[in-house]
Amino acid sequence: MTDAKLRGVRERKNRTRKKGVSLLLNFPYLIWLCLFVIVPVFIVAAYAFTDASGALTLENFRKLGVYRDNIIDSFIYALIATAVTLVLAYPFAYFMTKRSQATQRVMMMLVMLPMWMNLLILTYSIMNIMETNGIINNLLAAMGLGKIQMINTPGAVVFGMVYNYFPYMVLPLYSVLSKIDPALLEAAADLGSGGLSRFRRVILPLSMPGVISGITMVFVPSVSTFYISQKLGGTSVNMIGDVIESLVNRVSTRNLGAMLSLVLMVVILICIMIMNRFSDEEGGIML
Amino acid sequence: MKKIIASFLLFVLLFSVGSCGERNDTVDASLLRGEYNKDLAGTTLKVYNWGEYISDGAEDSLDVNAAFEKLTGIKVEYSTYDDNETMYSDLVSGANYYDIIIPSDYMIERLIREDRLETVDVESLSNYQYIDDQYKNLYFDPDNAYSVPYNVGMVGLIYNTTMVEGTIDSWEALWDEKYSGDILTFNNPRDAFALAQLILGQDLNTTNPADWDAAAALLKEQSPVLQARVMDEVFNKMEGGNAAMAPYYAGDYLLMKDNNPDLAFVYPKEGVNIFCDSVCVPKGCQNYDAAVLYMNFLMEPEIALANAEALCYASPNTEVVSHDDYTYKDNEILYPSEEDMPKVQWFHDMDAETVEYYETLWVDVLNS
Repeated sequence: MTDAKLRGVRERKNRTRKKGVSLLLNFPYLIWLCLFVIVPVFIVAAYAFTDASGALTLENFRKLGVYRDNIIDSFIYALIATAVTLVLAYPFAYFMTKRSQATQRVMMMLVMLPMWMNLLILTYSIMNIMETNGIINNLLAAMGLGKIQMINTPGAVVFGMVYNYFPYMVLPLYSVLSKIDPALLEAAADLGSGGLSRFRRVILPLSMPGVISGITMVFVPSVSTFYISQKLGGTSVNMIGDVIESLVNRVSTRNLGAMLSLVLMVVILICIMIMNRFSDEEGGIML
Repeated sequence: MKKIIASFLLFVLLFSVGSCGERNDTVDASLLRGEYNKDLAGTTLKVYNWGEYISDGAEDSLDVNAAFEKLTGIKVEYSTYDDNETMYSDLVSGANYYDIIIPSDYMIERLIREDRLETVDVESLSNYQYIDDQYKNLYFDPDNAYSVPYNVGMVGLIYNTTMVEGTIDSWEALWDEKYSGDILTFNNPRDAFALAQLILGQDLNTTNPADWDAAAALLKEQSPVLQARVMDEVFNKMEGGNAAMAPYYAGDYLLMKDNNPDLAFVYPKEGVNIFCDSVCVPKGCQNYDAAVLYMNFLMEPEIALANAEALCYASPNTEVVSHDDYTYKDNEILYPSEEDMPKVQWFHDMDAETVEYYETLWVDVLNS
C-alpha cells in the first residue's frame, strides 16, 4: 500500500470514529428529543384525529371554521407585538453594545429580570397596575388628572406580549450586534459613508440574522399566547391560545383542542419556513 | 460590610423559616366523637382535593391533615386540583391512584355511572349522624352508597353598593347597559350559560339544542356590557372596586366582604345553581380502611368546624351549624331561612354531544 492510500484509510477511520463520538455525545439529547418533543407531537396528532371514545375521525377538522376568527386575530396580534418589540429592542440592543462591559452586564440583567419571576404572578401584578382603580390610575387621580382605561383593551394585550417577549428579541440582536467588527464601520467611514448610510449598508445587513431569529423567537410564542391575553384583555380579545386552553381542560373537548393545536403548529411551521427563506439569503441560521 | 448584610439576610431567612414551622396540628381528643386508634400507623393515605379546600394551619387555623396524622399515625399524601375535569382526567388516565377524592355532585354522578367509585357503608360511620338530612340521598348518590357531603354552596350575585343604585334582585342586572364596562361574569361555559338559562327559565340540564341556542343568543347580547370574564380574579376586581357586579359563590363573597365592606350579595329571584362537594373513595385505592377513617374524621364536628371557618362555605354538618363558636352561625347568606331560600337547580352530568354543542356555542359567545 502506498503512503497516500494508507493516509486515505487512516483519514476514513478517523472520520468514522469522529462520527461515532459525536453520535455518542448527542445520544442523550436524541433520547430527550424523541421522548419530550417528538412523542408529544404524535400524542397531539393522535388526539386530533380521534374522537372522545378513541375512534378515528376527521370530524374535529370540520369544526376548524368555528375558530377561524380566533386564529386570524392571534396572528394579527402576534405581528403587531413582534413589530413593536423589534422597534423597541433594536435601538436598545445597539446602544447597549456601545456601553462599557460593566454597564452592559447590568443592562442585560435588567432585561432578564422579568424572566426570573413567575409569569402568572407577573401578569397579575401588571393587572393590578393597569386596573381601573389600579396604581397608575390612582396616581393620575391624585394628580388631578382623569382616569384612563388601560386594562381590558387590545393595547393591554399587546403590552403584555411585548413586555414578556422583549428579552427574546434583545438577546439575539445583542449577540449579533456586539460581534460586528468596529473596523468595518471605520472602513465605511473612511470611504465617505455617513452615519445613516453606515447603518443602512453595514450594520443592518450584518445584524439581519439576529433580527430574523429575534422575530421568530417573539412571533412564535406570541401567536400561541394565552393567560396574558385573558387576564389583560378581558373580553376585548379571544386568542387561539386561550381557546385551546379551555378546550383541552375539559375531557369532552380535548380532541378539538388537540386539532387546533396541531393546525396552529403547522401554520407556525409554514411561517418559519417563509422566514428561513429570508434568512438564507442573508446567510443567517435559525431552525 | 457585604458579609454583615449577607449574614443578616441569612438570619432573617432562617428566622422566618423557623417561625412558620410551628403548626396547629393538635385537636382536643375529648372533643372527638369518633374512635381513632393507631392500627393503621405507618400506612399512607393519598388525598386528592380542590386547591385551598381544607383548613391547612394558615392563620392559626387547625391543620386538619396533620391532626389526622398525629391521631392515627397514617401519613397523608395530599395533592390538589383546580377543577373537576382535571381531577377526572387524572383519575381516568390511571397515572396516579388516590384513596380519597372530593368531587362535585355532577362529577360524582359520572364517576358512579362509569363504575369508578368504591361503595362505602356510610351509615356505619359514627359521625354520619351529624350530616343534615337535606344533604342525604342527593340526586347523584340517592342511596348514600358512595359519598358523604363535605361542603355545600350556592351561586349568587355580588355587587358594589357604591357603584350600583338601589338593590338588585335579578340576574338581568348583569345585562344592564347602565353598568356597561363594570360587569363581570364566569369564564367557563357551564356557569356562564347557567345565568342565561335561569333568566330564560330553562332547565340547566336541558339537552335540547334550541334551548342552548337561545341561551347563547342572550349571552351574546351581554358581551358589549361586559368588562371581563373571570374566575378567581373576581376577588381582586371586586375587592378593589374595579367592577360593579359579578356572579360568584356565596362563601367567596364572605371572604371578599372582609376586604371591601361596600359589597352586597343577593340570591336572584330567577333561582341559582347549588352544588355539593362530597368525599368519595375511588376504585383503585390502596388504603380503603384509612380512607373510610378519614371520611369519618372529616365529619367530626370539631374538624368540620375548622374547615367551615377556613373555607367559608356552608357546612352540611348540623353540629357545626348550631355551634356557638361558629363565626357564620345563623348567617343568612350561607344558611338562608326557609322563606328566604332561593329556587335552586343542580348541575347534572351532561352527555358528550350536548357538551360539545354548548362548547361550540361558547366560542361564538366569546367572539361576539
